[in-house]
Amino acid sequence: MSASKTVAITTPRGITCQVRIWDQPEHGASAVPIVYFHGVAGLFDDEPMLDELGKRYEVYAPVWPGFGDEPGEELIEDMLDFALHGWDVVARLEGDAEFNAPHLVGHGMGAMIAAEMAALAPRQFNRLALLDPMGLWLDSDPMPDVFTMLPFEFPEYLFSDSALGTKLLAGGLNFEDPKAIEDFLVRNSRRLGTAGKILFPIPNRRLSKRLYRVTDPTLLIWGAADRLVPTGPYSAAWQAAIAHASLSVIEGAGHMVTHEQPLAAAEAIQSHLE
Amino acid sequence: MVKFCWFNLMPWPDLPDSFREDARSVWVDMPQRYFNPARANGVYHEYMDQLEFAESCGFDGIGVNEHHQNAYGIMPSPNLIAAGLARRTSKAAICVIGNSIALYNPPIRVAEEFAMLDCISGGRLVAGFPVGTSMDTNYCYGQIPALTRDKYAEAHELIMKAWAEKEPFAFDGKYNQLRYVNCWPKPIQAPHPPIYIPGGGSIETWDFCIDHDYNYSYLSFGGYIAGKMLLDGYWNRVAEKGKDNSPGRAAFAQTICVADNDAMAEELYAEHVLYFYNRCLHVYPGFADAPGYRTIKTIKHGALSQYQRSGVKAFNELTWKDLVDGGYVIAGGPDTVRERMEELIKTLRVGLVFNLMMIGNMPDWKVRYSTQMFAEKVMPQLRNLWPEYEADDRWWIKPLPESERVHPEVTFETRLRDWQAAR
Repeated sequence: MSASKTVAITTPRGITCQVRIWDQPEHGASAVPIVYFHGVAGLFDDEPMLDELGKRYEVYAPVWPGFGDEPGEELIEDMLDFALHGWDVVARLEGDAEFNAPHLVGHGMGAMIAAEMAALAPRQFNRLALLDPMGLWLDSDPMPDVFTMLPFEFPEYLFSDSALGTKLLAGGLNFEDPKAIEDFLVRNSRRLGTAGKILFPIPNRRLSKRLYRVTDPTLLIWGAADRLVPTGPYSAAWQAAIAHASLSVIEGAGHMVTHEQPLAAAEAIQSHLE
Repeated sequence: MVKFCWFNLMPWPDLPDSFREDARSVWVDMPQRYFNPARANGVYHEYMDQLEFAESCGFDGIGVNEHHQNAYGIMPSPNLIAAGLARRTSKAAICVIGNSIALYNPPIRVAEEFAMLDCISGGRLVAGFPVGTSMDTNYCYGQIPALTRDKYAEAHELIMKAWAEKEPFAFDGKYNQLRYVNCWPKPIQAPHPPIYIPGGGSIETWDFCIDHDYNYSYLSFGGYIAGKMLLDGYWNRVAEKGKDNSPGRAAFAQTICVADNDAMAEELYAEHVLYFYNRCLHVYPGFADAPGYRTIKTIKHGALSQYQRSGVKAFNELTWKDLVDGGYVIAGGPDTVRERMEELIKTLRVGLVFNLMMIGNMPDWKVRYSTQMFAEKVMPQLRNLWPEYEADDRWWIKPLPESERVHPEVTFETRLRDWQAAR
């Protein structure tokens, strides 16, 4: 397993965030690093897909405001703030690690923001890969409302194997401990509260009318059993919106394809990037 | 003098026995099939008549509020009801508790409509500015939870400035940009009507009320015993901020029913009270608190929504005995009710009580009987519980003097006769 470390960076806007870094790729490493943007579920302690990618690439995984211990989410109010924050982070990383135009990879909400970043600045990155992206809305196939889900309902929407999901999401949380419950409520409120600025009440901030600017080949990866962003209709909508999009549907995975089929997802990304 | 405001939530009276099994929530995604517009014609008139009746019984105020997509409150626009009441009453305060100011686009609409109500009523408006529940504000009206309070604060600033300014001004807000703000009409009560902020447990609302000297109205269905913890917190905060502790700073909503004696109260009212607590308060927990709606401070304070408190019996499990013993409902003969009301007013330190007396599916005759009993046999005994604040009218209406008010009995025939006589 490749090793990761975590550093804190501060953007010019004044937001401090943690970035997990895999910077010891094995021999034959690619010269172009990956910046990975996590989704609503946050960055987990265990990120097997990134571990796998970390064998060949330098990988930088910033934590969104509101998802880490640092304050600062009040500085992010809308889609443009999120996208520019994403670019601020990339610029800071480029300066620190001396690279240019990384690959952008995002998952769920992180893919929505990565797509917005790509539409804003289509020449400032190398390749784009989006896993189960949010950001489009189809009246014919409405996404379920994450903002009304009770904690025990998340696994069935996020995972094809809800038992695995329950284990991963609970993360050893002890519901007998009032402090643990308070921490859980605070964390949940900050994360979903921040995500709500671009996902509530409907996760559509008119990205569809800007996606024409993404003209380079783009990879869409979808868990075959994604119940949050239903695979068939939404993958078709994204393919229609991006001129050169290819689709890789991965069996045995729901929305959290990053954790249910991490190796297959990493392999699909790798073959797109090379 | 302790004030009493007779409040009508306007519950839909026809939810079937199987409602809890048939529908997941009484609010937000309430099934359409339960509503009957023709039936609503009678229901609205009955409820408005009851509010007018309360004035005739001597209540100081009559109260309405705003809920959306809600079967226990069929009043998305309280201002429409208040306009009707303003025409047909003459003494009672018209308490609109209130308009969810973050939901009006632009919120200058509230400044205008409240000014209209104050003019029509002759200066009898009490203006309520709720942040609004998550159900109404976020789920029904689509406001982004984490930005709701910020938007509320801006709307408040705009409305108060619109009432205060003497000249048109530009307002460059984050959520509202208006080149020409020029509130026309203005309220009679200057500089503005008394302002009441209904709260349901967010502690930042305390500071907002205290800093602006607004009344904090704790609206819950949990009753006065459970309400004490929260109001104690409020009064501690008032003291910390160095303000006086006039009871006028606080109000409380309480479910009340009065009969000749305690046994008769149960016989008359239990089924309707249980209809409300067991059936109407069936809110899907996923709608109770949109993530980001509560501040971190409030979550840490543990003052969570009444719809998701753990460790407390769910509303649907409560029996008449639970409700009465637990203070959710004050019910009984006049002596029992007076005794418990006195306890409420003293322990919570409130200057005004919102009397919830139209409960669930209570028929009109029982509502009026209970209301009249309260007005005649309970209310007079509770008036003077705060003698040292007798003259403190900071939180009450200041209507036009009687001599300056319109007297509708002057008909055109009178005028015509005067003119003919003068000729």
